[in-house]
Amino acid sequence: MVPEPKGSGFPLLGIRSSTLTSLLVLLPTMIAVGVFVYAFIAWTGVISLTSSRFVPEYNFVGLQQYGKLWNTDRWQIAVNNVWLFSGLLIGASLAVGLLLAIFLDQKIRAENVLRTIYLYPMAISFIVTGIAWKWLLDPSVGIEKLVRGWGFESFHFDWLNDPKKAIYTIVIAGFWQSSGFVMAVFLAGLRGVDSEIVKAARIDGASMPRIYWSIIVPILRPVFLSVMVVLLYQALRSFDLVVALTKGGPGFASDLPTTFMYNYTFSRFQLAQGAASAMMILLTVTAVVVPYLYSELRNEHAGAH
Amino acid sequence: MSMLAPTERFDLDMARPAATSVLWKRVGRFGIYAVLIIFAAFYLLPLLVMVATSLRSMDEIRSGNLVSLPHALTLQPWMDAWSAACVGVDCIGVRHYFLNTFLMVVPATLISTFIGALNGYALTQFTFRGSKIVYALILFACFTPYQGILIPLAKALGWLGLAGSIPGLIFTHSIYGLGFTTMFFRNYFISVPKELVRAARVDGAGFFRIFFSIMLPMALPITVVTIIWQFTSIWNDFLFGVSFTTGQNAPIMVALNNIVNSSTGERLYNVDMAAATLAAIPVLIIYFLAGKYFVRGLMAGSVKG
Repeated sequence: MVPEPKGSGFPLLGIRSSTLTSLLVLLPTMIAVGVFVYAFIAWTGVISLTSSRFVPEYNFVGLQQYGKLWNTDRWQIAVNNVWLFSGLLIGASLAVGLLLAIFLDQKIRAENVLRTIYLYPMAISFIVTGIAWKWLLDPSVGIEKLVRGWGFESFHFDWLNDPKKAIYTIVIAGFWQSSGFVMAVFLAGLRGVDSEIVKAARIDGASMPRIYWSIIVPILRPVFLSVMVVLLYQALRSFDLVVALTKGGPGFASDLPTTFMYNYTFSRFQLAQGAASAMMILLTVTAVVVPYLYSELRNEHAGAH
Repeated sequence: MSMLAPTERFDLDMARPAATSVLWKRVGRFGIYAVLIIFAAFYLLPLLVMVATSLRSMDEIRSGNLVSLPHALTLQPWMDAWSAACVGVDCIGVRHYFLNTFLMVVPATLISTFIGALNGYALTQFTFRGSKIVYALILFACFTPYQGILIPLAKALGWLGLAGSIPGLIFTHSIYGLGFTTMFFRNYFISVPKELVRAARVDGAGFFRIFFSIMLPMALPITVVTIIWQFTSIWNDFLFGVSFTTGQNAPIMVALNNIVNSSTGERLYNVDMAAATLAAIPVLIIYFLAGKYFVRGLMAGSVKG
């Protein structure tokens, strides 16, 4: 290794050698990311403009594949499902996550044990826990059988097999998986709230529910935004949940765009349709994530100076 | 008030007369614990059902219900899951896939963590105008929905002679892990005082010398966070595994999904559940031993950009 006294390097170019080394260290990653992320995305975009079926072929058909995609019932169902899923997931996770965080912040005994229990679903693959969920939701062996066994013979809980309700089982599973994580984020936010503000409000005679509602929750607004972005992002790319629970069924009633894409690409060999659906997912995620990352990076910049 | 210290933050109404106020506090306190415990049960339910069912014989499963306690515990389902469960006509259990997955996860985790550490440090030393843009572009790579790159990646793995193999998955996970690992280390190193690096440089230490003898030892906590993050996400991966491997090259999650969906003869729920529990064990061990680090990664990985 070459020792590097101050001012060495390429003074003419104004580049210090540590900067040059850094650049060289980063170069392989930059190339890898450039090729495997950005060029591949562009390539997927190109395939979506062709009539490829089994293998990529380059006979361009313009935006035809997109037109076809949006005229496909199955895709429309998948899109409706993903918005329904995202909306319910975000709403339920925010409400319950905030409630649990506030409750857990009341100097609770065994807080650590409870937190560990709430968060473990994020550590395990849903391919694993989906097996248990499927069994719980399966009318012939799970909750329906249990409740009927208690004497409620007319009890019905067969959402898993009902085309109109199957998507809600995905919502339950998604909520089960991510609400503990939302709790953890809110709890971290609550622990960051200045206790002096709370004290001052109490001296003024405000009740605790009121203090939470009108002082603490508004302070947590940025946390709400972060959580919403993260959950929306997770919802848009959910895949394992559906594979493990319903495989998109009955029929394709609980398909999401991700399972649609997988199915068209790897099972039906409609490569161009798969690529077009992939581009739609990508554009949506980009529209959600890029403004968020941009503001995060800007804040970081502003904070540094 | 000091005697009621634990309830301090959730006192329903300060203005109420003292006696009622104490009563209300008790009720509120009880309600809080009730809600927290009910949710703990909700989160635990699938895991408990999974483990309980895996320890029962099929006869007992057929006659009992969800919550009926096992009469005679049996480890036979676990042994079957480990070495005899079938995927189609392949009856080799999860053992083989377990090993596959370790052979994939360990190298991919180490490679992506090491390169990420180098990158993270380089990014903080890289004082070009474009450094922020380079970082932003690498960061976006973390959030790319994989649907956008699956089709080109399948082609590329074919060209590289890595299609359908464990080395192919090591390569894939190493590349797509770089965004996260780089981000973790960069955000850690950026808070290291600049004087430290400057002083070492004046003493004649070069980039790699500083990295290996100062920065890396100092970065032990974030290294643990990164290794745990990579290990769990690669172990739990389903999408890459199911897209790029077939048969006996599959990683554990794909094999598990195949075992559960293998429909020859009677569904052996107990064996399915035992296989699922086995597939989750490495990640559960990490979570219960080093949950703190896992949660740190989770927060950094999904909330802070």
